[in-house]
Amino acid sequence: MEREARARRVLVAKPGLDGHDRGAKVVARALRDAGMEVIYLGLHQTPEQIVQAAVDEDVDVVGLSILSGAHMTIFPKVLDMLREKGAGDIHVVGGGIIPEEDMDELERQGVAKLFTPGTPTADIVRFIDSL
Amino acid sequence: MDPELFRREKERWLEDTYGATPEEGGPFHTVSSEDVDPLYGPADTADLDYERDLGFPGEFPYTRGIRGNMYRGRNWTMRQFSGFGTARETNRRYHFLLERGQTGLSVAFDMPTIMGLDSDDPVSEGEVGRCGVAIDSVVDMQTLFDGIPLDRITTSMTTNAPASILLAFYLVTGERQGARFSDMGGTIQNDILKEYIAQKSWIFPPRPSMRIITDIMAFCSSEVPRWNTISISGYHIREAGSTAAQELAFTLADGMAYVQAGIDAGLDVDDFAPRLSFFFNSHIDFFEEIAKYRAARRIWARVMRERFGARKEESLLLRFHTQTAGCSLTAQQPENNIVRTAFEGMAAVLGGTQSLHTNSMDEVLALPTEKAVEIALRSQQVIAHETGVVNTIDPLAGSYFVEHMTDRLEEEALAYFDEIEAEGGVLEAIEKGYFQRRIADAAYRYQMEIERGDRVIVGVNRYVHEGESPEIELLKVDHAIEREQVDALERVRRERDQAKVGDAFQELKHRCECDDNLMPAILDCARAHATLGEIVGVVKDVFGEYRERPIY
Repeated sequence: MEREARARRVLVAKPGLDGHDRGAKVVARALRDAGMEVIYLGLHQTPEQIVQAAVDEDVDVVGLSILSGAHMTIFPKVLDMLREKGAGDIHVVGGGIIPEEDMDELERQGVAKLFTPGTPTADIVRFIDSL
Repeated sequence: MDPELFRREKERWLEDTYGATPEEGGPFHTVSSEDVDPLYGPADTADLDYERDLGFPGEFPYTRGIRGNMYRGRNWTMRQFSGFGTARETNRRYHFLLERGQTGLSVAFDMPTIMGLDSDDPVSEGEVGRCGVAIDSVVDMQTLFDGIPLDRITTSMTTNAPASILLAFYLVTGERQGARFSDMGGTIQNDILKEYIAQKSWIFPPRPSMRIITDIMAFCSSEVPRWNTISISGYHIREAGSTAAQELAFTLADGMAYVQAGIDAGLDVDDFAPRLSFFFNSHIDFFEEIAKYRAARRIWARVMRERFGARKEESLLLRFHTQTAGCSLTAQQPENNIVRTAFEGMAAVLGGTQSLHTNSMDEVLALPTEKAVEIALRSQQVIAHETGVVNTIDPLAGSYFVEHMTDRLEEEALAYFDEIEAEGGVLEAIEKGYFQRRIADAAYRYQMEIERGDRVIVGVNRYVHEGESPEIELLKVDHAIEREQVDALERVRRERDQAKVGDAFQELKHRCECDDNLMPAILDCARAHATLGEIVGVVKDVFGEYRERPIY
């Protein structure tokens, strides 16, 4: 229960080259409205930039939105780089246009949870709270 | 009935008859969160003047359509946006679509191409060919259109920041097929303003980007007269979460900014305005969408004539492409998307669209399979040939509700124009984050309506089967294509005449630094087999790069 002592710090970022930031922004705002501390990095973030910011900002959770089809490249990179930096305890969650079998594989590799389109933001808040 | 009498009678009816049984299932509002009355009547169209506000199809103010005989003369162009993997694979898909009765092509580029990057750029890793086709040089473009005569088919290309370069690749491809520029027709999206506002695929800062656009307009009006130089796009604004009124207003405001930029660059409005076209979303709210298209035509015609002094009739016409709303589709029970798309497609047709893309049911999960895209195309063919909606022009004109909604959207758009003006115009409003904030607010409100249950999405927050997972076949893009594309790119670089490339770059750089039109230099870069990323690099050295302040 000690973890409850401080609000969850969540880094929300949009890796990859596409500009579909609607989902990331809606989720960022919903997390903020739920009382979390949100750092929104914005668009076109490389895995290096995301991991560096996650470490610098000492976040609990990294949330990534990917709609360009590059999820099988980006998620594993972020996971690996977090581990390399000794920050493997930071949870990685995500969402976007991701086929089910890819989701299974990414969750096997260590992504805490991937949310499909249509997920209520309340479910995302609940999940992050439960981490 | 006299409007006043109607108003009084409506009060009575609301009390006595309508109110006799309770309402169920509200709130009754559009997908843009606008309240809708239970009943419209003569009071709602009391100010409508047929001649002034509607007119005849093909006549000012074109509310009822831009062509005299509309679909009785020619159906809309059925144009499915398509591209994935390498140029060779996409070329096969184009032949597949053309054989099934599609009447125009529409190229979806992959993200590196959209961002002006070569396939071997480090940040392209994992993105090559994934959500569109990878094009690195004119060599890829030639493969893409192999066996497709570019002087006979028209092509729309969704490219913005590097539009000038992809247009050059396309024109040189035609040139090498033996086509003349003057016989080639098509569209580049080339709408950079909405990139800053919503779609977010920019390269250069706004001001030099506007200069590139006016160069394209000037070049095409003399050399490629059948080319639509900008497709001013509301589609992405809507997908990013805007309301219908915002989509309408922001898009037309962008259009006005382009016209002003053309005039400021010394062009005659009637030389370039006829080649401007528009691109709207068709969302799920049937009547609101139809009203939006009607309002758009009327506003544009008036603005072009009254504000910009256009004299040619073609300058007044708001010609538009429509795509059904990707954001209305659901990952849950994806087959339901066929139904949504069919309604949205019909709204676009009832709104008088010139061309249409109907989304495939699986696009919320992946790029579409052949089967899914065929159903989407067939949906258009059913609308065109079976439903009878094409038999008469603008069949919803005179509907109290539709006319009222058309007027209301027009009023809202005009109010937004004033707000944008007060912000200092479109460019300044972008720099201040005005549009971005408005859209993010609307998107968040919409999401909260769904979560509160005020808005029902079938299969998402109602009529859900527990434990269901979509069982449809999805298209897979092989990861090996990235290697294949990079190898091909290296071959192009190896086999070309480097001195020629160097000369072309020097000329391009020189033109970037002065005011000479960039297009002839970009064409020479294309002919010399310079790559997309290299050409962008030359321009970027002079113009710099844009960065957005992230807001949510």
